[in-house]
Amino acid sequence: MKKVFKSLAYESVDDFIYGSCPNPVTCKNGLVIGGGEIYPEVNFTLPPMNATKETLPEAINIYRDMIEGVLKKARELHAPGLVIELETLPQYTENPQWGIDLHKVVRDCMFESEAKYGLKSVMRMTPNDIREMSRPPVMRSGKYWEEMVRIFEGTAQDGADILSIESTGGKEINDEAIMNADLRTSIFALGCLASRDMEWLWKQLSGIADKYGAISGGDSACGFANTAMVLAEQGYIPKIYAAVMRVITAPRTLVAIENGAIGPGKDCAYENVFLKAITGTPTSLEGKTAACAHFSPIGNIAAAVADLWSNESVQQVKLLSGFAPTVSTEQLIYDCRLMNIAAKKGHALLFRDLLVESDCYFDPQAYVLRPDVVFEISKAIVSEETPFLRTLKAARVTLAILRRAVDSGELVLDAREAKWIDILDSQIEDIPEDEEAFIAEMKEEADETKYSPSEYGI
Amino acid sequence: MDLNELSLAVEQGKGKKVKELVNQAVAEGMSVKTILDEGLIRAMGIVGEKFRLNQVYVPEMLVAARAMSMGLSILEPLLTSSGVQPLGVVVIGTVKGDLHDIGKNLVAMMMKGMGATVYDLGIDVPDRTFVERAEEVNADIVCISALLTTTMPAIGDVIKEFEKTQNRKKFYIMVGGAPVSQSFADEVGADAYTSNASDAADVAKAYLNAIVR
Repeated sequence: MKKVFKSLAYESVDDFIYGSCPNPVTCKNGLVIGGGEIYPEVNFTLPPMNATKETLPEAINIYRDMIEGVLKKARELHAPGLVIELETLPQYTENPQWGIDLHKVVRDCMFESEAKYGLKSVMRMTPNDIREMSRPPVMRSGKYWEEMVRIFEGTAQDGADILSIESTGGKEINDEAIMNADLRTSIFALGCLASRDMEWLWKQLSGIADKYGAISGGDSACGFANTAMVLAEQGYIPKIYAAVMRVITAPRTLVAIENGAIGPGKDCAYENVFLKAITGTPTSLEGKTAACAHFSPIGNIAAAVADLWSNESVQQVKLLSGFAPTVSTEQLIYDCRLMNIAAKKGHALLFRDLLVESDCYFDPQAYVLRPDVVFEISKAIVSEETPFLRTLKAARVTLAILRRAVDSGELVLDAREAKWIDILDSQIEDIPEDEEAFIAEMKEEADETKYSPSEYGI
Repeated sequence: MDLNELSLAVEQGKGKKVKELVNQAVAEGMSVKTILDEGLIRAMGIVGEKFRLNQVYVPEMLVAARAMSMGLSILEPLLTSSGVQPLGVVVIGTVKGDLHDIGKNLVAMMMKGMGATVYDLGIDVPDRTFVERAEEVNADIVCISALLTTTMPAIGDVIKEFEKTQNRKKFYIMVGGAPVSQSFADEVGADAYTSNASDAADVAKAYLNAIVR
């Protein structure tokens, strides 16, 4: 049954801190996520190599080496627990048995480490959304969807604890919108297309999770907001647009929770801070310790309300100290240790605020993640009832908040950046509140060679 | 007419105005090559320079590029009939198994802006398609992109396909994408590697200006 969110899960912003949340998730082995401690979440990937049937044995050996290195380091540093994310490569989703075989090797190492040494570890399985390999994407049937179902089911059957995905519904339209900083089209892509896809998709994934006793975790609008963040970081698009993109992915990702997901949310989904405020579900996040995968302007603030702390992904390459996944594990464990000891001594709120204040004035993408701002935006989101209206409201409120921050001097933007608040405002001022009317307008404007409206039920 | 006015209209992305001014310049008997070089391409050069100096973003460049295209649509038939050649011909695509296209699209846009004719093969392009299309359109440059560590080796596979044809040296092969590096480019036998779209356009322009046609 669909969950409905009309208010925030918190009474006070002071309770909105890392490591704990109103609705923690208990994993099969008893590890509680969001129950008072923050745990590391480690993700790793292959070094440059072809991912083919011929190289699969080599890939499996590399994955075995990576997980053994990670688990050994976690034991040495007395990690109280950890989450491993196995995010498959597209080839391993397209050939689901390869992904299932690979998962089994990694999962078995984790089972063994827990049985022998008592290290509680949890597997988050994240197959790719390969539906976009059909162009235009075929969302609800066909070979790519069937392959995705096979890998989700096969790995859940073999002991994957949490099922997640970075789904791509609407991305085929949003990719071009990002390059044009076209907020109107992004609102269509997220509020109308992606949200419809999410409702269908998460009913399916939650069904699979229920069938095999796995946890229906959460989604990430990585292909939307993180693409914008990276392009803004490279100086290609305005940071203001990237900040608004971040916020307007929240109503879209919230649809997963409405349709059965319970968290922990995905690490790269910074929109999960809004979801945590609204739903009280735990989330993973990533910041400075994910610089091995991508740069960001939110290195500290991202940790402020995290329940898992992630490295995003790192390749198996040798560094001076050891292999990179082991290095990442050590860094994450020390980050979490510090945060946990601060919380244990009653300083979690102070620690959170230090994380926030060290970043929030330097970049609009950090500013929108301030807990007080998150609450203000989240309240605006739940004041509306549909994903489309929530997306539109989120965009308008965020622009107003950023304008206020610039006017008050709290947020300093350079000249080429500041004018984009007005540009984006003007792009969306004429969007009608009647979703059907907006869809009709956008069907005229959007390129139908790139997407199939019928795949979204419009 | 003053081509500075046309150039400014392109810079500001005023497509309708660009069309009007191009029509006016043609009606006044101005050479199409002059209109192209001093009205349209010069404007894109200015916008590109502003981008390099962090004064504008890509969306502003795209607005200008669309305005330029509107002017170009009037000039193209005249350019063909008067025998004016484009700066060069570029074939671009993302390798097989890789669906990423934002960076590739940026490179394509910048190369169009510098006056090249660009054939964009899209994403998930089979190795052989790069070769076939490059030969078919008589390309000067082939740009190959990959964003994943596991699709990056396919860049080498595409280059091997070119090597099989005996025509490898006919094409200047440029490679790029997040995991790609100069050493990887050297290893697979690419002619050039650039780490971002503006550098790619600069390298391509320098090559096209240097080659003898």
